[in-house]
Amino acid sequence: MMQSISEAGRYPVAIQDLTVAYHRKPVLWDIDLHTPEGELIGIIGPNGAGKSTLIKAALDLVPRISGRVLIYGKPYREQRHRVGYVPQREHIDWDFPIHALDVVLMGRYGRIGWFRPVTRAHRRIALEALDRVGMADYAGRQISQLSGGQQQRVFLARALAQDADIYFLDEPLAGVDAATTRVIVDLLRDLRTRGKTLVVIHHDLQSVPQMFDHVVLLNMRVVASGPMTDVFTPENLVKTYGGKLTILDQAAQAIASGE
Amino acid sequence: MSAFMEMAQDGEWLRVLLLRDYNTRVVMAGTLLLGLASGVIGTFLLLRKRALLGDAVSHATLPGIAIAFMIMVAFGGLGKQLEGLLLGGLVAGLAGMGCVLLIRRYTRLKEDAALGIVLSVFFGLGIALLGIIQRMESGHAAGLESFIYGKTAAMLARDAQWIAGCALVILLAGAALYKEFSLLCFDEEYAGSQGWPVVWLDVVMLGLVVVTTVIGLQAVGLILMIALLIIPPAAARFWTNRLRSMLLISGGMGAFSGFAGALISASFPRLPAGAIIVTVAGAVFLFSMAFGSARGVLYRAVDHVRVKRNTVREHLLRAVYEHHERHQPEWTPREASALVDVPVSLDEIMGARSWTPRSFRRVVRSLQRAHRIRLDDRNALRLTTDGLREAQRIVRNHRLWEMYLIRHADIAPGHVDRNADRIEHVLGPELVHELEELLKADTERRNVPPSPHALS
Repeated sequence: MMQSISEAGRYPVAIQDLTVAYHRKPVLWDIDLHTPEGELIGIIGPNGAGKSTLIKAALDLVPRISGRVLIYGKPYREQRHRVGYVPQREHIDWDFPIHALDVVLMGRYGRIGWFRPVTRAHRRIALEALDRVGMADYAGRQISQLSGGQQQRVFLARALAQDADIYFLDEPLAGVDAATTRVIVDLLRDLRTRGKTLVVIHHDLQSVPQMFDHVVLLNMRVVASGPMTDVFTPENLVKTYGGKLTILDQAAQAIASGE
Repeated sequence: MSAFMEMAQDGEWLRVLLLRDYNTRVVMAGTLLLGLASGVIGTFLLLRKRALLGDAVSHATLPGIAIAFMIMVAFGGLGKQLEGLLLGGLVAGLAGMGCVLLIRRYTRLKEDAALGIVLSVFFGLGIALLGIIQRMESGHAAGLESFIYGKTAAMLARDAQWIAGCALVILLAGAALYKEFSLLCFDEEYAGSQGWPVVWLDVVMLGLVVVTTVIGLQAVGLILMIALLIIPPAAARFWTNRLRSMLLISGGMGAFSGFAGALISASFPRLPAGAIIVTVAGAVFLFSMAFGSARGVLYRAVDHVRVKRNTVREHLLRAVYEHHERHQPEWTPREASALVDVPVSLDEIMGARSWTPRSFRRVVRSLQRAHRIRLDDRNALRLTTDGLREAQRIVRNHRLWEMYLIRHADIAPGHVDRNADRIEHVLGPELVHELEELLKADTERRNVPPSPHALS
């Protein structure tokens, strides 16, 4: 069901009829998704469910077979400055000769524009972003000398430096230490209170009820999407994950603890 | 040796060194600028992990040179117009690069296969065309082979001007697109999400590589050109952890290799410049690998020894502390200072861990020198006030970390100790603080929390 563009303009992210395939193998089918504004939205589903692909398709990073993605009613191309992105850490060469501050400055490149050098004002904004994730002391560190959690925070700071309205985060809590988890969760909540919309891929079912306002259950198609309490139910989880016992146990615990 | 004598006699060596000869000056300037440009653009190429693409591109220029020669002959020229030949090389090099990118994109072949195919097919085609040229126009074609191995002696002032002009363009482009290239090399996906035209940036970067290769054909030759693109940045990486300084160092090393190589080759008869330039670059690389201040082998070895020493030292202090703990059950933090100067037998500490006698003796001596412990003539070891303070710090960090692992990572307590021994030395103050908070209940009882598992 296609909605008119004007209607879609109310939503930070409106995904309509999206289908993505790699080498003729469909990864996402007929995704229809409208995210509410100013909320923490969790995208949850098993491995290979297409969670990362959904974000990448929304950001024009993978080709779509059909469908469209609108950011506040307009194509992503026109709204890039309003969207921040925190990709997974795995595909990065952490041995790259670059310091933490330089990585964060990359978040400003879009605003600086072609050929122009980085100015002191941008440097200050980048430093502030590092400070917000508690990494100001590490500005001059080479990135390979940071722990996994610190690297993740640098990536988050880079997205913060973009000063966007919508943030897409691909598993920001995967493999990070407890201190980083706390910093990131606090920061996400802080951003939400400032009216930002946060779309977060998340793998740990147990922490879903505490973290998110809105949940999207995904397994190649949208199984369910809506407010956390309505959607995060055992029945929906069975539909998403199949009958895997361990996962259902986790979910049962999570739901019980959330109540 | 005889060549050297011969040269020394007519004073040619001095003439070369002082750049008296006009042609020598031209060649030097050309190779220096070439080295500078390839050092800079090679840095991006290396960081983009496309180093071998430079090799495929340089080999791919050969058929272009041959075809350009044929066309120029067909139109009545001698076929030796350098600009024409290089233009042919440029077109073929770009075509080779395009083929690699297309094969990678539209088939499921990996990049190494695409590179192998393009390099060998283009080069083979070029060799075949050279054979045809040799047969159809005997005499005129002689000299085309010099593009394969490089031949600086044939360089004219005009050629050097070409190299200088192109090098300048490459350097300016590299400077103007510094921000964009570094983003592309570091995080292509993020660059794409920000709307940077990743494909076109790639094409521009690789286009600059092709131009560099083509202007290097004359001096270095297509077989060895790859060395000037890869070796200087790889060597520069040993000296720095920042891209900006890596570009400068790499450019400087490339320039030095080009200059020194051409100088040496001009000083001795029958020494091909390309081979000497590459040899010089190789020497620079070896030196950097050994002595590089950021990640040279020597630096790392020294660092490793330092870490190892430190670890052994902390083990010893911890062993002494834990010994006291076991043997003084009624001990409380208020009386912790009572542990100062309590004797422990050295043999007992020695038996607490599997250290080698040599490293044990060494660490005991170094702790003595640092006034952390004292030894009396009966081989009894005592902690000093400083030593006790340090031991407390070490044990505390260690236990906090152990507790953290036990509580938060689902690692069985029996497995923790070995792991923690290694990790405690890299534990930052921030995380220690975090652990303190987490384990407050446990730490409140004593200055140092008790070990979460039975001490053996």
